[in-house]
Formats: sequence, structure tokens, C-alpha cells
Amino acid sequence: MRVAVVTFPGSNCDYDLYQAVKQVGGNPEFRWHRDRGLDGIDAVMLSGGFSYGDYLRAGAIARFSPIMEDVVPFAETGGPVVGVCNGFQVLCEAGLLPGALIRNEGLRFQSEDCRMRVERTDTPFTNRYEQGQVIRVPLAHAEGNYRADDETLARLEGENLVLFRYVDADGEATPASNPNGSTANIAGILNERGNVMGMMPHPERAMESLLGSTDGVPLFESLVASLGGRAGADVVGAGR
Amino acid sequence: MSDTTPQPDQPRALRPDHVDPRQGDPEITAEVVADHGLSPDEYERIERIMGRTPTFTELGVFSAMWSEHCGYKNSKPLLRLLPTEAPWVIQGPGENAGVIDIGDGYALAFKIESHNHPSAVEPYQGAATGVGGILRDIFTMGARPIAVLDSLRFGDLDTGRVRYLFGGVVKGIGDYGNCVGIPNIGGEVHFDRGYEGNPIVNAMCLGLMRHDDLITGVAEGVGNPLMAVGARTGRDGIHGATFASEELSETDDVESRPMVQVGDPFTEKLLLEASLELIKSGHIVGIQDMGAAGLTSSATEMASRSGTGVEIDAALVPVREKGMTPYEILLSESQERMLVVAKVGHEAEVQKILEKWELEAEVIGRVTDDGMFRVTENGTTVCEIPGMPLVDGCPTYQREGVESPEIAALRDTELPEADEPARDLAEAWVDLFDSPNLGSRRWIYNQYDTTVRTGTVIPPGSDAGVVRIRGTRRAVAATTDCNGRYVYLSPKQGAVIAVAEAARNLVCTGALPTAITNNLNFGSPLKPHIYHQMKEAVTGMAEACSFFETPVTGGNVSLFNETDGVAIYPTPVVGMVGVVADIDHVTRMAFRDPGDVILQLGDNTNELGGSEYLYHFHDLVAGPPPSVDLFLERSLQQAVLAAIRTGTVKSAHDCAEGGLAIALAECAVGGETPVGVDVTLKDSISAVPLLFGEAQGRIILSCAPDDADDLVELIREYSVPVRRIGTVTDADAGLSIALRDREVRVATEDVLTSRANALPRRMDAPVAASADEAHE
Repeated sequence: MRVAVVTFPGSNCDYDLYQAVKQVGGNPEFRWHRDRGLDGIDAVMLSGGFSYGDYLRAGAIARFSPIMEDVVPFAETGGPVVGVCNGFQVLCEAGLLPGALIRNEGLRFQSEDCRMRVERTDTPFTNRYEQGQVIRVPLAHAEGNYRADDETLARLEGENLVLFRYVDADGEATPASNPNGSTANIAGILNERGNVMGMMPHPERAMESLLGSTDGVPLFESLVASLGGRAGADVVGAGR
Repeated sequence: MSDTTPQPDQPRALRPDHVDPRQGDPEITAEVVADHGLSPDEYERIERIMGRTPTFTELGVFSAMWSEHCGYKNSKPLLRLLPTEAPWVIQGPGENAGVIDIGDGYALAFKIESHNHPSAVEPYQGAATGVGGILRDIFTMGARPIAVLDSLRFGDLDTGRVRYLFGGVVKGIGDYGNCVGIPNIGGEVHFDRGYEGNPIVNAMCLGLMRHDDLITGVAEGVGNPLMAVGARTGRDGIHGATFASEELSETDDVESRPMVQVGDPFTEKLLLEASLELIKSGHIVGIQDMGAAGLTSSATEMASRSGTGVEIDAALVPVREKGMTPYEILLSESQERMLVVAKVGHEAEVQKILEKWELEAEVIGRVTDDGMFRVTENGTTVCEIPGMPLVDGCPTYQREGVESPEIAALRDTELPEADEPARDLAEAWVDLFDSPNLGSRRWIYNQYDTTVRTGTVIPPGSDAGVVRIRGTRRAVAATTDCNGRYVYLSPKQGAVIAVAEAARNLVCTGALPTAITNNLNFGSPLKPHIYHQMKEAVTGMAEACSFFETPVTGGNVSLFNETDGVAIYPTPVVGMVGVVADIDHVTRMAFRDPGDVILQLGDNTNELGGSEYLYHFHDLVAGPPPSVDLFLERSLQQAVLAAIRTGTVKSAHDCAEGGLAIALAECAVGGETPVGVDVTLKDSISAVPLLFGEAQGRIILSCAPDDADDLVELIREYSVPVRRIGTVTDADAGLSIALRDREVRVATEDVLTSRANALPRRMDAPVAASADEAHE
């Protein structure tokens, strides 16, 4: 499975995503944002970091990067796209996911382990988790407070497009377990077609018990499994 | 006072030519000289070197290079006392950073640097650019930064001003490091009125490289082009090096602001990637950060290391605004800039790499063979100085140090009745955790990305931070340490303790202490009692480093940390690194399982001087600091490492500020799942020093009951005192210490709450409080 890990100027988690894909048997490739073309690529990942220094707004400039002219059609034809942290912000700015991520409620950069509940397992990103499983993953961001208009929120909930929600140890989505003020404790969402996913926490940092958690492994395994043995950009969406 | 500098030889040809004063530049008067921080004697020496009156530009160059910050004129003779060599040292002092071998073909570059003065004036940018500067020192060696630490000191958190400084510094460090993507793995912060006017902001960075990737800041190869790389040069930070070498006054926070640089971590990230790519490309021979004293120091130091000269055309330097004079261009401290010496004919390749990273690289001069630092402006020479005396001819001063009688008296003060029968010790135990010095540091490190780069094995909040080396079984550990109160009360002993504590912190994680970088933060060396502190502290540090075989591979000196004549506590910060030979040996501080045996290594003493207990309850910084026995410390380090390598040690924690009771409680509540402790202490020592005294040379271990006998036996082989003091219990059972005459018991929850709230209750509530102050 060939996974393009996109590096924008200022990306700083591209290396970590690369390692995570490699760890589960995928074939990661770094893609500099000016390098065009996604031929033969099975999945695209937009990493965390501070693309363009988060100047203007997080993700607001990266969406105009040359490679996004390839990522958008890739996503629109069903290719799996994952955005983590800054990558999630870029996907929202690019219109591939609804809503926006604003300053954390506490107005500070927040770095800690969080707990998330897996809300769906019939997706190419979560099929190796159990329904309702509570996972522990690090997060580190200043702008992770998910907001959308009422209509969008109703649609996200109604169509079951919230993929991860911040919860406490008992799996309850309480205000205390919400690290950034996100609406409805939303940590990660899917698009309607089910092939584009964005999340604020960093599953690629939860790949080894040595570093504190292995709860991110199933996410990368899910992606590899759902693409296993198949090539091309239009295989996904099949997860739904 | 004696001037100990060898008079610079003046080899034949090294007289600079006549240079006409540049139109519009001020005339050189005694006043102008004084404004540049140069003494009449120093100016006279400049005239001797030049054989004529220097131009305004030349005077500015001398002023920067002969500042304490660049020239170490008050500290160089003392720095020579420090041990700098060991078989594993690849690069000692004198380069951008020290480098040591850590095995498996890898080398570690590391260094600490201060940004105290700018942070006192503008905490956010001051701290942010401090991080930026130390990152550049590391990646200019060819190493990829893998971790940062920060060593901070502030006044008490009870004024809005100190809270503003503290909050701004933490945010500045966080925003910069987070954006570049370097994990913060630890450090330390102390709050004490001794730092009221002058906060200390020292940032340390570790970088990893293969041995082959090492590059240094040299300007070799006559005819090779000098290239300015990265951000453009602006008018910010002009004379930052000179500013950092002076005392602050009340008005400085307004007037000195233009001397503070402004950081752009996004450009830094691009510069980092571009520099590492450049170094690997083979197109360059040398690279150096344009840090303190900017283009001047980078160009002259690089030439000095290679015995060459350089010629720069100031008009070719890419600038941010029109009309900048050579003086401004040479002395600007604009951030995120590098000076690169490329191989002649490879300029286009260098530019191509920089362009990929959306940065600029322009040829601004070349390496020459005449040893001169020559600057032209559109073909006219505006500065011509012999490089050698400029870099190495800075006068150095060795002064007479005399201990302050007031401080000596404080050390000999009769301390309050040690036993304090009236005090409720359980209450005191919980209350001490409400001290900003003992409370949880979570409020700080929750603002730092600690896990980016997926290498952090032990994040902040423990004895030391640990980062694994991917693809090997190894890890590196790092810590910063210095208790300024101890150094204040007894400079030499305090410095020895700083080194010993750093080493204890490292061995507790399973690392062998390997080398140090130091940051010597002091007041004005012109005052005999401050010079005494410096001399004694460096002597103590040298002694301990020699004893532990942890050479000093570089560092930073920050003097004149005074406001209105009041100096900070002498604070020689030790940044120590160690190597964990096998990742399986990484050990954490927290107790794990109820039923485990608690072992104490080292002896309790009846010492209370310099303790947090005295400061917190009696508002007192007095008494002799705890005694320290280097021989015992080294045996302790060896014993703990041997114990950890058996694989049976389940936790290890240094016993430091706050004493044994605090250390035990930290072990109980410092992990993911809090536990309780049931401890018995039979020492014939008064309760207060026994619980809260800060005796050195103590480490707390825990292990499964079946392993305890073997561990005790092993530790005794190292002639280290060791005893079972109790067992780990369930959190519900609370924390209990039985003394000879009473039992002290607290609820685990109470300790957790007190410790967790110490910083937030001051920093989060005060947002409103400061607003009130603003309205008054």
C-alpha cells in the first residue's frame, strides 16, 4: 500500500506519520507540497505541524499549496485521505470536511494524553477497533476546538459522521474530558462518502508501549487492511 | 584587579589601512566609546591594535565582540578551571555546541544558552528567541534537534509582574518549540524573591547526528564565498550582546525593547531543514548561526577558527528595510539567519536548496588570506580590523573576590527551633505541595508539545527526560539543575550539589551521566562579592565534574543579572546528558504496585539550611546548605545504575527540594495511578529535618518483595547505606510515615489536590487579579 505523506512548509509530524505507516507494513512516501501527481498512490495523509506557521489561520494557506490541487480530486473520487491535527485543519479549510477548528477554549496550547471513544468501526480508518472502544492518544494543539453550524452538526450526528469523541475513563463524553471546548466533544469526523477523515489527536504518537500507548496502531492497520492487495484511488468508500 | 590577557602580537602586515569615516556616522568621542560599553583602557587597546582611531562601524564591531556575551572578558580565566576532555568528547568548548559520542555511530550535540535580559524586558519574545538560538546552535553542527529543556527562575508568584513574566516566558518557549516541532522533555523552575527583578531563562537543546555529519563553524578555503542564508537582516536586536552584558534599570523594560529580537519559528523550521540538507549536500565547508552580535561574530569567529580573513560587502546583505548602515547590518541580531561558507562554484546549488525551502541565500563576501575582517559598502571600505585581536584579544579580567559579610552571616544564622512541636506536620506536608516550587509542573508542560517526533520515553515531570534513539537499543537522558539558594549561601558547595543532583537525576532514569553544558548566571562581576560567588561556584563545579567524569563541553555565561543594584542568586545551571545503554533499563520515578518494598539509599541528616521548608514557612533563606560528599555521591550513582541493570528496580527517584517526605509523596502520586505509602523512619533526628530537610545523596527505589534482599546486598557492595523503609500501599490507605514518637499521615487525595493546584490557582485566577491591578 503506497501512502503519500504530505510535507507542507512547517509540517512537523510528517516523519511520525511516515514511521507509523511503515510500522504496520504500509509503504509511506514523503511528498513535498510542490511535487504534483498522486498516480499509484493508495492513500494520502496530511500531517500535523504548523503549515505556513499557522499564519492567517491554521491550514488557511496550505490549502492553496500545489499538491492540494491533486488531493482534492483524489478525495472526490473516493481515495482515502487522513488529516491529523494541522492536517485536519487543512482539510476543513479546503472544504473536504465540514466545520472549522478554532482556538482552544482555554486559549492555550494544550498538550496531554486524551481519551477518545471510537464511534464507528465500519470505516476504512477504524475497522480494527471495537465499537465504543476507549483509546488513549496524545494531543498537542492550540486550535482544536471544533465548530460547525447547527445544520452541519445535526447532519454529522444524524448521519453518524463523528468518528471520535473525547471521553473520560468510563467512556462518557463529559465537559471535564473535553480538552479544548469542541462542540459535542468532537475529536474526529468523516465526510459523507466515508473516505476523508480528520482528527485532532495524534494516533501516530501512540504506536509503541515504550512511548506510553499502542492505541493508534489499529487505525493504521485498519487503513492497510481496507486497502490490502488493492491498488488505485477509487477503492475506498467501500468501507461504508 | 589584574588584566591577564596576553598582549596580542601584532604580526607585520596586520595593520589595518586607513579608512575614511563614513558620511553621516558620529564622530568617535569619549562619550560614544562609553555608550558602547568600553572602558578607556579597552578603547586605548583598540587604538593600539588599529594604529589609528577606529571608525564608528569599527567601534561598534569591537564593542560587540568585546562584550561579556561574546568575549567572556570577566569569565574566561575562571572557565579555564573546568574539565573539558574525555575519550567520548568529540567537540569541546569553542564551537556552536559540544558533541559527544553516544555509541552505535551516533553523536549527541547539546548546549544551554541564556536569554535572561531580553526575557526581563519582553518575556514572550525573549524566551521564544532563546529557544530559536539554541536550536540553531545545534543544527549548525549537523545534528537534528531531538529535545529541548528549559531552566527558569522567577520571583515569587504573588505579584502581577512576576506572573506576567512567567506566563509570557512559558508561552514563548512553548510557541517556538511547538511550531518547530521539537519535544520539550523537562527542565526546572524555581520561584524565589532572589529573582524578583531578573528572571532567568536558560534553554537547552539536544541534537542527534551520525558521526560523519559533524560540521563546524569554519571559514576555510581562500576565495570561498560567504553566503547569508535564511531570514533578511533588519534593525532588531542591534547591540543585543552589549545589552545582555549590562545591568538592567527600572526604565529598561521600555527603553531596551528595541534591543529584543523577534522570533519566527516557521522560518526557523524551514532553516533547520534547509541547513541539514545543505550540510549533507557537501556544497558547504562551514556554517554558523548569526546569533549574538550577528554577522560580526559569526564571520569573525569562523575566520578565526581557520586562521583566515573575510571580506564582506554590506550592500550585498539582504535587508528588510532600505537605508540600513553597515553598522546596523553588522550588529543586527535579527533571528533565523545563518552564515554559510560555500565551496567556490557551488553557490547555485546552495541557492537551489534554500529556494526549495522558500528561503534566500545570497553571496555577501569571500574568505581571504590576510587575516582581516574587512567590510565594504559599494566598493568603499568602512571597516578593517585584524581578526585575531578582535576575536581573541578581548581583555580578560581576573578580580579579587571577597565574600559578602551579610551572606556569610545568613549562612551562620541560628535556624528556627528544628522540632517545632507546635506545627501540625501532616498539614505542613500537604501545604508544602502548594509551594510553587514543589507543586506539579503540569501547568507549564501542558503548554509544550512533549511527544512530537515520537521519541519521548520519559516526558517532563520526572527526574530527567529520556528520548530513545530510533533504530538502536539506546536512549539519551537530560536534566537541568541548580538550587540558587544553596549557591547563594555557599557558592562552592551549591555548585557541587548542582552537579551531584543532576547526576542523581540521570541515574534514576537508568542513564550513565556523560557530560555537561553549563549556564553561569550571576550578577555584576565588577562587585567583589559577586566575583567571589563566580569563582567559588566554578571551582566547585570543576571539582564535581572532574570527580564524576562529566566534562563540560560548552555553555554560556550571563553576567550583570541585576536590577537597581540587586543581583540574582548566583545560579550556575548544570545541563547534564547521559546515555541509557539499553532501553529496557529506562526507569521512572513513580511507585507502581501496592506491596512493593521501598528502599532508601543514603542517610538522613539533621540539616535544614537553605530548604524549601524554611522559605515556605519562615520566609527564610539561611543556614548552611546541606553537606555533600562526592565520594558517596559517585558510589550512589554506580549502585543505582547497577541495581537498575538487574531489571528488578520498579522505580527510582532522587530526594531533593522538600526532603524525604516530599520525595516519597512524589513517588506515590507522580504516576498514572496514585498509590499510598507506609513508611517507618527510626532515625534519632528531629521530625522537621527528618521529613523536610534536604540532605544530599539520597535516592528512593522500589521493587517487588522477592527482589528486595538481592538489591540490598548489591547496593551494599558499593558501600552505600541502604535500608527498607516501608511498603507501597493502596491509594485509599493514604501516605503514612511513622517516626520514633509519632505518626504523620495524610490522605493521598489531599496531596494530589494541593500539588495539582499550586500553579493553576496562582496563574489561572490571577488573570483577573492582574486585570484589577491594571485598573487601579
